[in-house]
Amino acid sequence: MLKIAVIGGRETVMGFTALGLAAFPVASPAEAKKVFRSLTRESEDYAIIYVEENLAEALGAEIDKYKDSPSPAIILIPGREGSMGLGLSALNAAVERAVGTNILENN
Amino acid sequence: MAGTTVTPTRMVLKQLKGRLKTARRGHKLMKDKRDELMRQFLDIVRRNKELRCRVEDGLTEAFAALQVASSIMSPEMLEQALLYPRQSVELEMKFKNIMSVNVPQYSFRTKNDDPSEIYPYGFAQTSGELDDALAIMARVFEDMLELAQVEKTMQLLAEEIEKTRRRVNALEYVMIPELEGNIKYISMKLEENENSTKVRLLKVKEMVLKNAHNYS
Repeated sequence: MLKIAVIGGRETVMGFTALGLAAFPVASPAEAKKVFRSLTRESEDYAIIYVEENLAEALGAEIDKYKDSPSPAIILIPGREGSMGLGLSALNAAVERAVGTNILENN
Repeated sequence: MAGTTVTPTRMVLKQLKGRLKTARRGHKLMKDKRDELMRQFLDIVRRNKELRCRVEDGLTEAFAALQVASSIMSPEMLEQALLYPRQSVELEMKFKNIMSVNVPQYSFRTKNDDPSEIYPYGFAQTSGELDDALAIMARVFEDMLELAQVEKTMQLLAEEIEKTRRRVNALEYVMIPELEGNIKYISMKLEENENSTKVRLLKVKEMVLKNAHNYS
């Protein structure tokens, strides 16, 4: 049976535990890296990993590695401080990659 | 480019013509594939954008509610309340094939069917704001799951479109012109050979006639 993981700051992931997701509170980007690695490389139980946006920068290379494989799905979610717009910019990057130019920009 | 390594023989000409035909057919198929992928991709991108906005708004709302809850309750109490979840989610993943791209389809099952099971604490010692925050989160979570599916699909499709687009372009602008150039080169060379043979034969005929009849 597959599971869903959430990586983020303590306050961010706290709420998700109640929903039954596996929460992994991390204090620093370095720790996030370690946790992320253990969730992706050493285990295949996690099909979806939600990552808090402010950790995305530190994990950028690792996240890109899983972009083209069907599993796991790595999804950025906004943190406590609100959205940084990274999720939308990732969306735009994917559009740009597929179409060659960003066709969504004007709307 | 054209005619650097090809030997101008009929055999090679025939081979090249076959390859050109295959390349043209491949090009047409790839182009169709690219167009269909693109159509699906755009639908998914739109859905993704919508979901992403909804999830981000929902989570912001949930975090705000949680913030309120944590300001009312002591951090220790809050942590204790959420420490041991009563609910757990099991995820099932299937793959769907979109134009030969395998994309995941998630379906989830909660261990407890009772929706009130998301509150892993007694109501006596916790504030009502915490209940609200968790209710919002539970609502957002369904969108989050769909977002995961849609976003992954979008990434996988983007990769496939990029690959297909490259192939289409390579066929259209490199393979096909090169083959056409080679075919032209060979057919011209063959024609030239034919002409020179014809001229040589005429010359020989002239010489033979001259010898036989003593023409001037």
